[in-house]
Amino acid sequence: MNRVIPIKPVPVAPLAAAKADTADPAGPELVSLYEKQKKIYPRSVHGWFSRWRWLLVWLTQALFYGLPWLPWQGRPAVLFDLAARRFYIFDLVLYPQDFIYLTGMLVLSAFGLFFFTAVAGRLWCGYACPQTVYTEIFLWIEQRFEGERGARMKLDAGPWTAEKLWRKGGKHAVWLLIGLWTGFTFVGYFTPIRVLWAEAFTLNFGPWEWFWVNFYGLATYGNAGFLREQVCKYMCPYARFQSAMFDRDTLIVSYDSARGDPRGTRGRNTDLAAANLGHCIDCKLCVHVCPVGIDIRDGLQYECIACTACIDACDGVMDKMKYPRGLIRYATENGVQNGWSRAQMFRRILRPRVLIYGTVLLLVAIAFVISLGLRHTLKVDVVRDRMTLARIVDEGWVENVYRLQLMNATERPQRYGIEAMGIDGARTLQAGPAGAASDSAVQVDVDSAQARWVTLAVRVPPASAKALGGGAHVLQFRIVPASEPGRAVKEKSTFVVPR
Amino acid sequence: MSDFFTAGWSVYIAIVTVAGLIGCLALLVIAARRRVMAGDNTTGHVWDEDLRELNNPLPRWWMWLFVLTVIFSAAYLAMYPGLGSAPGSLGWSSLSQYQQEQQRAHAESAPLYAGFAKMPAAELARNPQAMAIGERLFANNCATCHGADARGSKGFPNLTDGDWLWGGAPEKIEETITQGRQGTMPPMAAAVGNGEDVRNVANYVLSLSDSPHDAIAASRGRSKFIACAACHGPGGKGNQALGVPNLADKVWLHGWGEEAIVGMVNNGKTNVMPAHAGRLSSEQIHVLAAYVWGLSNSAAVPAAAASGSTGTP
Repeated sequence: MNRVIPIKPVPVAPLAAAKADTADPAGPELVSLYEKQKKIYPRSVHGWFSRWRWLLVWLTQALFYGLPWLPWQGRPAVLFDLAARRFYIFDLVLYPQDFIYLTGMLVLSAFGLFFFTAVAGRLWCGYACPQTVYTEIFLWIEQRFEGERGARMKLDAGPWTAEKLWRKGGKHAVWLLIGLWTGFTFVGYFTPIRVLWAEAFTLNFGPWEWFWVNFYGLATYGNAGFLREQVCKYMCPYARFQSAMFDRDTLIVSYDSARGDPRGTRGRNTDLAAANLGHCIDCKLCVHVCPVGIDIRDGLQYECIACTACIDACDGVMDKMKYPRGLIRYATENGVQNGWSRAQMFRRILRPRVLIYGTVLLLVAIAFVISLGLRHTLKVDVVRDRMTLARIVDEGWVENVYRLQLMNATERPQRYGIEAMGIDGARTLQAGPAGAASDSAVQVDVDSAQARWVTLAVRVPPASAKALGGGAHVLQFRIVPASEPGRAVKEKSTFVVPR
Repeated sequence: MSDFFTAGWSVYIAIVTVAGLIGCLALLVIAARRRVMAGDNTTGHVWDEDLRELNNPLPRWWMWLFVLTVIFSAAYLAMYPGLGSAPGSLGWSSLSQYQQEQQRAHAESAPLYAGFAKMPAAELARNPQAMAIGERLFANNCATCHGADARGSKGFPNLTDGDWLWGGAPEKIEETITQGRQGTMPPMAAAVGNGEDVRNVANYVLSLSDSPHDAIAASRGRSKFIACAACHGPGGKGNQALGVPNLADKVWLHGWGEEAIVGMVNNGKTNVMPAHAGRLSSEQIHVLAAYVWGLSNSAAVPAAAASGSTGTP
C-alpha cells in the first residue's frame, strides 16, 4: 500500500474536452461552492474502546460539573474571582501577576498534545475533547428519544406527527437543560456556585451571569446538538496541522487493506481463497458508526477524530464471522504496510521525535512543579515616588520616597517587616502621622489575600550620602513575613543622592 | 466637529464604505458559483501537469455567517458613527458616554459625600472610609508635588510636620486647597546691605532656631534683620495671615544652611499652590482637607487608615 492521501482517483479529463464543454452552446452548468450540510446519523457502538470513551466521558464530566461544588476551607476549592482578581485553586491563591503559571500550563498542554499525537494520533480528539464528549452525551440522548440510526433517518424523512413532535421536542428540551446546566457550572467557576444556585432560584443573576449562563449553555446546545463534526472539520485547526506531528510510525486508526481487500459479501463458511475475497465483508458498519461520516477504509483522512468507533464495530463483525479481530485497528503506516506485529510497531515508538517531545514535556513539568513549590506567598512591587528624586531633610540627611505594593497570597492576615538594605545607616520611615524614623523595620499588616500600597521613606545619614556621592545607588528592600521569617522577599530599587 | 477639512471627504468615505459592503456581498454571490469545466468534480484547472483542484464545498452556514457579518456591519453603521461623519441613529459618542458614566459615578457617590460634608474634620479623620477616599484624592492631586508621603520637598511644603504657612485649621486647609496660595519673598539684598550684611543676617536667622551658625556673624546681623521683621516679625515668627514663614523653627522649605538663606535674601522667590476649585468638588475638598489635617494630628487618626490602603493591584 502506498502512502494514503485521501483523494479518490478521478479520470483525467483531457484539456481539450474541458474546453469543448465550456463552448457548449447550451451554456455551462453552474455549481455552488457551498452546500447544505448532510446530516450524519452515527450508529451506536459497543466494545472495548467505547467503554474507554465512556469512562473518560464520566471522568471529565464528573470533574467539570463537580469541581465547583467542592468546598475548601470555607470557600470553593476552585474559584476564579475576576472582580477581585484572585484565583483560588485549592491551597493556592494566585494573583494576575502569577500569569506565568497559566503560560506554563499552556506550554505543558501544547507539548502534551505534540507528544501524544506523535505516539498515537488524535487521542485528545477521540477521548477527551469537550466537543467529542458532549457530542457523545447528546447522541446518547438523541438515541433514547429517536432510536437507532435507521429509526432516526426514518423519523427525519417522515411527516410531522404528534409522535415526531414529542420525540424531537423531548430531545431538544433535555439538550437545552444539559446545555444550561453546563453554562451554570461554567459560571460557577467564577461566582461561588452555591451563591449562584441561590440566585438561580430567585432569578437574581447579575447581567454578566445571565449572559454567560445562556451563552455558554446555548453554545453547548448548538455545538453538541447541531454543529458536531463540523466544528472538527471546519473550525478546529488541529485537524489541519496534525500532519506536522504524524509520521509513518504514529499509531493511527487504520484499515488493513492487505487483509481486508478484495471486499465483498459472503456466507459464513465461504472459502476465501476460492472466492478471491479478503476479510472485509463490506457491511459498511464502520461507515455507519462514524461520527464524522467518512469511510476509514479510504485511509487516514483529516476528518478522522480517532474515536475508534469503527474499530469496535468491525471487531464485532469479525467475531461473528469467526475472523481474527483487528481488521481496523490502531496501527502505524509502516506496520500496516510491512505486516508488522504489535511488538514490532511498539518498538518504533521510541524514536527521536517522541523522545524530544517527551523530554521537553518532562522538563517543563518538573520546572512547573518546582517553581510552584518555591513560589513566594508574598509579592512585592517597589515603585519610586513620582515626586522628586531625593530631598535633603534635617541637617543633611537624604530621603527618597517609595511606594511598595505588598500582595499577600495567603489566606491569613500577615504582618510584614520592611527593612532597607545595602546602604550604611539607612532607616525606613513610614508615612503618616504614626511614622517615625527607626532603625528597626517598618511593620505593616495586610489582610488575607489582599494587596496594600505602603508609602515609606528611606533616610540615609549625611556621612553615608557623602560616601556614596551623587547619583543613583542600589538599594534593597527586605520584606520579612512575621509568620515565616525564613521566607523573606528581596526587591531591588535605587536610592538617589543629589549631586 | 468634523475631522475633515471639507464635507466632501465625509461623503467620499461614506460612499467607499457602502461600496465596500455591497462589494463584499457581490463578491460572495459571484464567487459562490462557478462553471463546471470538467465532469469530474474538479474546477478544471490543471497545474504542473497533473495537479487539479477539487471542488470540496464548504457548508452553507459558513456562507450565511459571512452574510451575517455584512448585515451586522450595515446595522452598526446605521446606529453608530462610522459612515463618514454621520452620527448614527443612536447619537452615541465616546464623549457622551464618558459624561454619562461620570454623572452616574457622581450620582452614586453623592449620598456618601453628602454625609461627609456634614461631618467636621476631626470626625472625618477617624472615619476609615473617608480617609481611604482622602488618600486617593491626595495621591491623584497632591502627591505630585507634596510627595506620596506628604512630606514635601525643597519648595514644596511638608504637610505632616504641624508647621503651616497659611494656618493649619481644617477650614484654612480647605481654603488653601480651594483658592490656592501665592507666597512672595521679594529680593531683599538692597534693603539689608552689602554681601557681608546678608551673610550676617543669614547667620542670625539660623540662630533663631538654634541651628548651627556663626555666633559673631549672627550678632552682627541682628540689627539688619529689621528689614525682614516687617513681614517675618521681630522674632522671625512669621505671620500665617500673609503666608509668611516662621524662621524660628527648624523647617527649611527652601533649603537648609547659610547658603540657601543667602540665596533667598538675594534673589527672593514666588511660590505658588494652584487653586483646585475647578478640579475637585467642594465635598471632595472637604474630605481632602480632613485627610491633610489628619496627617499632622495623629492622635485623631487610626494608624492603618493613614499609612496605606487596601485594594487590588
